[in-house]
Amino acid sequence: MKHDPSKTSHYVDAGFYSKLIDDFTGWQTDAREQSDTRLRDSCRRFLEKEARLLDQGRNSDWLGLYVPECLYWVPASLDGGDPRREVAVSFDDRRRMEDRVFRLDTEHAWSQQPVSRTARLVSNVSVYSSEEPDIFMARSNFLTTEFQAGDKRIYTGWYGHQFRRLDSEAASGGGEEWQILVKQVNLIDCDQNLRNPSIIL
Amino acid sequence: MTKIDKMSAGAGGLDAGYDWDRMIQEDRVSRQIYTDPAIFTEEMTKIFGAVWVYIAHESQIPNNDDYVTARLGLRPIIVTRDTKGRVRALYNRCTHRGATICRQDSGSAKGFTCPYHGWAFSNNGKLSGVPWPDGYADDALDGDQFNLAQVERVDSYRGFIFATLNADAPSLDDYLGGVKQPIDEWLDRQPGGKVAICNANRLKYDGNWKLAYDNAADGYHVVFSHRSLLAMENRMADDKGMTYYKENPDGAPMYVRYFGNGHHFKDKRPNMEVRPGAMWEIESLHPGMEHVEEDFRRRHGERANELLDLASSEPVNINVFPNLMLLGNHIQVVQPLSVSETDTTWWGTAVIDVDGDIGDDLEAINALRMRTQEGFPNFGEVDDLMNFEQIQAGLAAEEDEWVYMHRGLGIEEGRISVDEGGVITGPATDEVFMRETMKVYKRLMTDDPAIGITRDPDAGDA
Repeated sequence: MKHDPSKTSHYVDAGFYSKLIDDFTGWQTDAREQSDTRLRDSCRRFLEKEARLLDQGRNSDWLGLYVPECLYWVPASLDGGDPRREVAVSFDDRRRMEDRVFRLDTEHAWSQQPVSRTARLVSNVSVYSSEEPDIFMARSNFLTTEFQAGDKRIYTGWYGHQFRRLDSEAASGGGEEWQILVKQVNLIDCDQNLRNPSIIL
Repeated sequence: MTKIDKMSAGAGGLDAGYDWDRMIQEDRVSRQIYTDPAIFTEEMTKIFGAVWVYIAHESQIPNNDDYVTARLGLRPIIVTRDTKGRVRALYNRCTHRGATICRQDSGSAKGFTCPYHGWAFSNNGKLSGVPWPDGYADDALDGDQFNLAQVERVDSYRGFIFATLNADAPSLDDYLGGVKQPIDEWLDRQPGGKVAICNANRLKYDGNWKLAYDNAADGYHVVFSHRSLLAMENRMADDKGMTYYKENPDGAPMYVRYFGNGHHFKDKRPNMEVRPGAMWEIESLHPGMEHVEEDFRRRHGERANELLDLASSEPVNINVFPNLMLLGNHIQVVQPLSVSETDTTWWGTAVIDVDGDIGDDLEAINALRMRTQEGFPNFGEVDDLMNFEQIQAGLAAEEDEWVYMHRGLGIEEGRISVDEGGVITGPATDEVFMRETMKVYKRLMTDDPAIGITRDPDAGDA
């Protein structure tokens, strides 16, 4: 029976957790780093698009960049930790990502009243191949500046994205070449007390 | 005019320029207790030095020589289980020139060496070595004088470690008093009556620490401050999360209880039926829950309910003055940083399979329990913290002095009951718990506690 991951959470099971940990361990090797500049530029363009959608508050469009059974993960440990035994800053499956966007859209999420203004910089992009031919990993550094109610704050660190490359047919006609399976947000201060972490990172 | 000359406060503490009877009245308190840096400084002694303050959980230092760093008020401390197994709260401050000697959050060490001039201390606090001692006169380093300062009175209750600098404080057991009962119930629903701390959701806000403690048993704010969370939790399902606040929280079966010494308890369990699985049924939607539920029901039948309840948040708020709150499955610690800056750290807890009858399902239960614990810090607490910050901002209005906590005050008709032991019970939306806590706060702030440290590692030995 196929489940709708927007409605029920069946896919976050033991296999999902162990694959996640495997996929996000030891992937940044020189041997897997891709030197193809077209590939790197395509990933970079996609990362910049994700940042732009969030800066523009287009949260529903942001959700559209992800596969149905996706993950938005902000670990609270520097090495990512083991989400089976640790709480994360955020660990959102598809439904919870939609919860997050829904809540922000209620206009009663006081942590986002007034709505933060943000400017995201994404840089230092490296792309890595994986065991699966259509799955790539990307590491990038980010610097997100947030302005809200008279205060400027920054979030910084590095993203680990797991991408799936769509075949050229799907990507043609204005479609994207990539979809996001997992976004891991590694804050440099992930294990410290954070002030109002209510924006999507 | 009621202007108070704050500059007249003496060096040894606040002088008569502070009229506590005026600042703390039955129905209202002055903004000044949230905004005045001199009052904050005094609180670090008269509250955070004088009562039993939560400093760590035993599961963070399970073995001899384990330690975590913490604070007692603003004092940096090392909570360590020393080489002989005694739990100590050592001042993390070199006796030579004052540098912190331990700069890690946690670890295992038989001793600590100051990075500045190499003075070394055993983990019982004793000075164990000074580089080139010939450079000191014969008896200059003798005696206890250069041992680390430490808290003589460190005690624990069922895993929760507390410390006080006050020689005249009652025993920890007496200090906790009636709040031990909800703590016991919170633990006894867990296998073996135990939990293990894991890591934490860590938040902070620009506001006074008391705003978090005032909020801890406040059933009045929920439908307003958490409006977006309630809408989110129920966008696909009814009766999830904190839905029981929506109808008539004044008349709901849930209640708030005040035990004395500033400890209070908001108990929302009476809104649920008493049966296995009732807690799970109201749990809001979290990653992986349908998978785990279907798997457990298929393999365990009726027993699935009790296993699923272990991954569910218990609807209670158990608040131990001044800095410890147990809610859901969290151990929340409030850490003042300055008069207008506070850390609130939501330690996650995991189930331990003490009796060995959970077996292979432990990992699924704890993974789901991590997800349920992330929910509120992500989608609820951030909105409260914004409201605390906005209180702090509002209290900048100097001439508009009063903060009110008089909901329920003066209403007769059996709204509030007091038992023979003085325990007060009222509707979950009543502010009686704040009023009572403020009476304790005023008494503490006008007391003259016997605050002190020891440098004798054997002091307080039973």
